[in-house]
Amino acid sequence: MSADGSGDGRGTVDRSPSPTVDVCVVGAGPAGALVANRLADRGHDVVILEAGPRFDRSDRLERMERSIRPAHGGLSVWDMGGERDAYTSTGEWFYPLNATRVKGVGGSTLHWQGVVPRLHESDFERNTRDGVGTDWPIAYEDLRPYYAEAERALGVAGASDNPFAPSREEPFPMPAFPPSYSDSLFAEACEAAGIAMHSVPNARNSEARDGRSECVGYGTCKPVCPSGAKYSADYTVEAAESKGVRVVDRVPVQRLETTDGGERVGTAVYATPDGSEHGQDARQFVLAAGGVEIPRLLLLSRSSDHPDGLANSSGAVGRYFMDHLFAGTGGRASRETRQNHVGFITSESHQFYDNDFEGAGPIKLEFLNYAGPSPVEQALSADEWGDDLLDSLRESYGRHLAMGGLVGQPPRADNRVALDPSTTDDHGNPVPRIEWSLGERTRRSLSKANELQARVFDELDADVEWTVGPDNTGPAAHHMGTTRMGTDPGESVVDARMRTHDVANLTVASSSVFPTSGAMNPTLTIAALALKAAEHLDRDL
Amino acid sequence: MELTRRDALAVLAGAGILGGGGAAALARDGFADERRDDGRDSGETSSDDTDRIVAALVTTAQAVYPSPVERTEAFVETYASTKLDRRPDWADGANEALGDLDAEARITFDSRFAALDPAEAETVLRRGGAETAEPVPDGTNAERVRYYFVNEVLYALYSSPTGGELVGIENPQGHPGGTDSYQRGPR
Repeated sequence: MSADGSGDGRGTVDRSPSPTVDVCVVGAGPAGALVANRLADRGHDVVILEAGPRFDRSDRLERMERSIRPAHGGLSVWDMGGERDAYTSTGEWFYPLNATRVKGVGGSTLHWQGVVPRLHESDFERNTRDGVGTDWPIAYEDLRPYYAEAERALGVAGASDNPFAPSREEPFPMPAFPPSYSDSLFAEACEAAGIAMHSVPNARNSEARDGRSECVGYGTCKPVCPSGAKYSADYTVEAAESKGVRVVDRVPVQRLETTDGGERVGTAVYATPDGSEHGQDARQFVLAAGGVEIPRLLLLSRSSDHPDGLANSSGAVGRYFMDHLFAGTGGRASRETRQNHVGFITSESHQFYDNDFEGAGPIKLEFLNYAGPSPVEQALSADEWGDDLLDSLRESYGRHLAMGGLVGQPPRADNRVALDPSTTDDHGNPVPRIEWSLGERTRRSLSKANELQARVFDELDADVEWTVGPDNTGPAAHHMGTTRMGTDPGESVVDARMRTHDVANLTVASSSVFPTSGAMNPTLTIAALALKAAEHLDRDL
Repeated sequence: MELTRRDALAVLAGAGILGGGGAAALARDGFADERRDDGRDSGETSSDDTDRIVAALVTTAQAVYPSPVERTEAFVETYASTKLDRRPDWADGANEALGDLDAEARITFDSRFAALDPAEAETVLRRGGAETAEPVPDGTNAERVRYYFVNEVLYALYSSPTGGELVGIENPQGHPGGTDSYQRGPR
């Protein structure tokens, strides 16, 4: 497979800097791609610097095989790991950082699930409503038009059947995927349990769109969609390049250098695969490298003008790191459940999202279509073959059911991304150190989610075989909070237009600006914020 | 349950070994014109190594496939020949692992592995440790045999619609079987 970053496929790539551009974007994931594409629409000269490679799209089927066959570890699917991606994890809970991200053109949307709900109105005023965390400096209404644009940009299949969702101004770009057979089993139980089910907005083509296939059901959405039906940001990068945006891959930015007494960024210094360093000058800089690498880059960019790290006069850079936590319940039914035909979900419930339930929440419930082992994966790891293996597969497959769920994590200053000088990456820079723990509200939220799931399973003719809750939960791979948005420069890193308080021409487009986490998958909000940031930048330019 | 070349082509398309952007559509459509492509380019002559590997994979399949599976030869030949042709790195690894397999077969039965009957082949695989070995492409002898031979034919079978149906899933993971089956109830 080729992920050599040769860019043009000919093995020779010019990675020297462009003459001073209007905008230098750091990171070619969804936020960087959308900012660049929008600014190119407005006629601006844009360069994207991407730390990872440009993956050859023709390799996706082989990457899918890697994801199914047990010989290849999960990180190998998108070539993550090694010295480039070294990190450390401290605190109460280990944080499996490299399993939660992809470096390359397209970023983590290459391996994401593709669930794209909007945040609810309540998420923007969590402190006012529940006395938890802080309010956002913007309201849902401020983001609403950008949400609609983001849904068009990503291509979202959805339906307006969710009574708990925030108001919207237009239909989804594509019809929702119909509910699964197992959704119909859950629907009977949920009705008895008093829990409402509704459709899921998916960034996945339910019909051919934007030159990409409809979903053909490979069943491996996460970590790789071979058909291209699932949105990934490399498609937006391609669109941006067709408008003149220059994308340079395999060039991790080492530091940002300031001018004008530290009031402006002048240069992004990046390393190339041959070991040399170059500087890209620009009028505006946009950081779009995710909730871990953005604070790390700011901390690596400390100088005499910014002794605690760039844009860190508040001390908040890297702090308030948040993720969503997974709550799950699974078991086996007495009848067939038809799992693992597809790798995405078609029903969920936002019923328990907006209210504070005795100090718990927000909670989002999901009804999985991939409960239990996939037969082919089980076969490849078995210690038997022939008729014995077939008997085991038949015994295993067919009756599993599972519910998932996400709960929010309130912002805590001691959860943070810091630099670890004891370990360095392939360029000699201190690696990110994740300091992460769970608070009591998060634990209560997980327990509450488990209670709701148990209520549904009580109504199913099924035995509960496993539960994931407060004692064995894990992160949902949503890095948030590390350059939080706010109005007070003493307590936040960026303002409501996502420009840093301290540095005039530095914008952050990422879930790192989320002041609170909500419990909704964050990428649609990342996309909406990126489009909003691009509007502000266009006016500045 | 009978395996056919069509099943093999569906697996090859699903795994990206056969075809380009249209592979998914071909697989979804069930390869209506089965005679059009036997997995090899017209006029291509296989090397001796390739033939030996294909024969050993057929023998492996006959040893490790469940008894309801019939006529494995055409299925495995089509799958393996095409994969060997399209993935030279994989062919090199399989060739090395075959040396280990043949050595074990000679010790036990004084024969090449591919010439063994299914029961003998299973004995050789088991004695070599492939049944319980981790599949590792650059690992020990047992690990490489598990990866290049046992898991290769199991992947081909259980990611195919025919192999999936043995278990009860007509659109197994890795096969682009469309978005209707997940909505259907049991038949």
